[in-house]
Amino acid sequence: MSLFGTGAIGRIVRSGVGRRRVQTAVIAVATMMAVASAVVAGSLMVAATAPFDHAFERQRGAHLTALFDPARTIAAQLAGTGKRAGATATAGPYPSLVFRPVDRAGFRLPALTLAGRPGPGGAVDRLDLKSGRWARGSGEIVLDASFEGPALGIGATVRAGDTANALTLTVVGFAVSVSRTAQAWATPAQVAALAPAGSPVTRQMLYCFDSADTKEQMRAARERLTGSVGARALLGTQSWLDTKRAAEQGAAATVPFATAFGLLGLVMSVIIVSGVISGAVGTGLRRIGILKAIGFTPGEIVRAYVAQAMLPAGAGIALGVVLGNLLAVPLLSETEALYGNIPLAVAWWVNVTVPAAASVVVGLAALVPALRAGGLRTVDALAAGGSPRTGRGQWAHRLTGLLPLPRPVTYGLATPFTHPVRTLAMLLAVAFGTVAATFAVGLTSSLTAVGAAQDPESRAAVTVTTTRANTAAPPPPPPAPGGRPGPPLAHGHAAVPSPREAADPAQVRAAVTAQTGTESYYAKSETEVTAAGIPESLQATLYEGDARGGSYAMISGHWITGRGQVVVPTRFLERTGTTVGDTVRVTHEKETARLRIVGESFDTSGDGLQIHAALADFPSAEPTTFLVDVKAGVSADEYARKVAAVVQPLGGDATTNAPSGQEGVILVMSAMAALLTAMLVCVAGLGVLNSVILDTRERVHDLGVCKAIGMSPRQTTSLVLAPVTAIGALGGLLGVPAGYALHGLVMPVMGRAAGTVLPPAVLDVYEPVQLLLLGLGGAVLAVLGALVPAGWAAGTRTATALRTE
Amino acid sequence: MQQVIELKGVAKRYDSAGAPVLGPLTLDVAQGEALAVTGPSGSGKSTLLHLVAGLDQPTDGTVTVAGRRIDRLSERARARFRREHIGMAFQFFHLLDDLTVTDNIQLPARLAGAGRRDAAARADELMEALGIRKHARAYPGRLSGGERQRVAVARALVNRPALLLADEPTGALDSASGHDVRELLRELHRAGQTIVLVTHDLTLAEACASRTVHLVDGRIALDSRAQAVR
Repeated sequence: MSLFGTGAIGRIVRSGVGRRRVQTAVIAVATMMAVASAVVAGSLMVAATAPFDHAFERQRGAHLTALFDPARTIAAQLAGTGKRAGATATAGPYPSLVFRPVDRAGFRLPALTLAGRPGPGGAVDRLDLKSGRWARGSGEIVLDASFEGPALGIGATVRAGDTANALTLTVVGFAVSVSRTAQAWATPAQVAALAPAGSPVTRQMLYCFDSADTKEQMRAARERLTGSVGARALLGTQSWLDTKRAAEQGAAATVPFATAFGLLGLVMSVIIVSGVISGAVGTGLRRIGILKAIGFTPGEIVRAYVAQAMLPAGAGIALGVVLGNLLAVPLLSETEALYGNIPLAVAWWVNVTVPAAASVVVGLAALVPALRAGGLRTVDALAAGGSPRTGRGQWAHRLTGLLPLPRPVTYGLATPFTHPVRTLAMLLAVAFGTVAATFAVGLTSSLTAVGAAQDPESRAAVTVTTTRANTAAPPPPPPAPGGRPGPPLAHGHAAVPSPREAADPAQVRAAVTAQTGTESYYAKSETEVTAAGIPESLQATLYEGDARGGSYAMISGHWITGRGQVVVPTRFLERTGTTVGDTVRVTHEKETARLRIVGESFDTSGDGLQIHAALADFPSAEPTTFLVDVKAGVSADEYARKVAAVVQPLGGDATTNAPSGQEGVILVMSAMAALLTAMLVCVAGLGVLNSVILDTRERVHDLGVCKAIGMSPRQTTSLVLAPVTAIGALGGLLGVPAGYALHGLVMPVMGRAAGTVLPPAVLDVYEPVQLLLLGLGGAVLAVLGALVPAGWAAGTRTATALRTE
Repeated sequence: MQQVIELKGVAKRYDSAGAPVLGPLTLDVAQGEALAVTGPSGSGKSTLLHLVAGLDQPTDGTVTVAGRRIDRLSERARARFRREHIGMAFQFFHLLDDLTVTDNIQLPARLAGAGRRDAAARADELMEALGIRKHARAYPGRLSGGERQRVAVARALVNRPALLLADEPTGALDSASGHDVRELLRELHRAGQTIVLVTHDLTLAEACASRTVHLVDGRIALDSRAQAVR
């Protein structure tokens, strides 16, 4: 007994697989690519949700982080709040404060929450120490792991502020808190020592609840807490649902497009497998007849033909699982780094479900034509296999023969009508390949547009600052899990300089205006403000001059055109319950301005809460950066050198701007899109290859006749390629609008997953020329897929072809 | 008399270590001559025909047809040569089933660059001459064997070839159809067409050919012209 029931069936399967080596390879490669895409898509889905939940569960993350006023509470009272609020576990109270350390190079890090904890463990929020050790005494600090890098490592020192007598702290470890309760930790005594005089540290309590899955449950928990200590004692709370949402946004955004690619891959696999097996049945009628004549039952025939698909498909599926796991590694390691010591791998159920589903789909795709083979009457199969085909496509030959084209071309153009189902399979393969390519082009263009929209500064040729560029790179802003920025860092990744090092903005402005090469410029200042309706401070960019060059892409409304206006991101509108046209009170230090919201910006930086207003509304704020466009013909480098020569002695600097770079997540998504598209386009090409091989083999005798009566190899090639080109062009014609529509469908879903609406600049990314080229790409893809069999047809010995019946 | 075919020391091996399936042999065919090549199965008749038609290349020797050496031409050049100088009719007709009779006949002319109108006129002329005009719009599958062979011969003659090659032209036909084809070939020979006819059918060879070459094991065992000279 063999794997296939009887030795005879096994022999038939092996010989069938061996006789159709190319088609066997096509099935294997198509299923491999589809399975690899699906495994990657599945992994991304898992990466979008599971890591946070796993890490949160493992760390016993805090569902609610609460800050209490030490003047209105005592530690013993806080210890009892857990029971009164219905918490299942509590930790704290921990002394905490917000401080802004300065590194050795003089750059101020973002404002960080520092919590005083005796160790990383506890009943709630058990921190993962990624490197180093916990702080044991004074002068030691543990930072969030996202700060770790070449500029800031174990043993590095930071000052607790930018005053001369600020305490120096040595970084002794890097840790991860999935619930984001703090971004820095020290001993409780150290935290108390860092508190400014007359400003005692706040008290942080961490709570776990049985029911904390909904906003309503979290609101109820907060209310119970407020009830237990009084509203004035509770300074603020942070829900784990917000942290989870922020953490999952990055990976969640990748799910829609990975799913789209996975589905495309699966559909294409079905097309390829059913096409190959249908072809095997169609071209093997005589063989089927002979098998039945010598005693094979219909069931054995069905099994034999399904097995001929399942053998290579099984190999392809196994390879696809391996390839998918390998491809998922870089994506998962990106995500893994954000969750501390949570090892991320492709989930076992992805590695089981995807191959199982692929096997079922491939099996069903093969079963339909195999059932046809099993159901054939022996005499019919023998007769059909032995007699020449007549009738099919003759009308097409009559019509195409009238076309004013070379005869080999018109003869070839009629052949698709001889096998309409095979033609349809080829058409679908090309169409889906074009869909994938069109979608990927749109996706990468949109992602590039997202990257560019987040970095409007890079549009200016030269940046002139009131501070000198430091040789040491500042540490990166700490991203929250999921890739979103954590505590605010001055926008544009430029750390806020110590005031004593800054040049006078007026002198820098004068230096810019005095330069003959200056075409236009605007100035801006990055600062923190507060806005009514939002308890925490916000990042604000305040502009001087015509700042249209630095405008963000607008979702609605318009960019600021003068004082009294503010542009805010979507999350600001959501948080404050305002809309474009409303007025909001914004306070900068001691100045408060009532600003009208004139636009909704596409801005996901600073937790999506960065606002933009005119510098003139806050007279005490001064510009720190001047963005300059130079006149045509003026070298930006030369301009920057000249301005630098003037402003450097004052404490400022001037540099040219590099084109906007892409963020890690965007790069990864773009690379994934390119890779998955390459796979699907290859599968489409293989689909064409399979169809053309079947056609060419079936027509080898006719081609031999054509060659015998004088058709040259080139004419034979054009005969084979003509119909393929036409089908490819039609596939492109169908695929481009479908890919365009898919992009229009998936991008907004990705945007929603990332918590934002996408502006037209990100959605309307296709150029007419691009679409035309993509359409032509369908024909090119089809021709590439058909080149090998066309070459084979042209090169086959005429005498051999004539002997083939 | 001008030679249409000149084979000099021609041999063909499919297995480099094995004996040749044909030759070495030397043979020429004069213009207007009708040569019948006979012999048992495996004697090399079809191989000889393929070499003369440029469908295959010899291992040794030279093949000159219509004054041009074709044994070292590229596939493309041989195809061009074939459509200009050689017409072929096969035992199983080798007609394209999805083309009408007239389209089958016109095809070599169109491949050779003839205009649609010229090709149609020539096809009409041949269909008229061969008595298949009424089948012009029909597909080969609906014709009798004899009619199909007439279509195949018409297709072979459409480019006014210097040489007509016929491979067992009556081999797949019943006796009545075989008779028709025999008469057709005789008429063509009488009209001055150079013909090489490969056949098992000695009656056909006697009826149509002015000369017979008998092959045995790839070599010429008998050449009726040489015998006549003797």
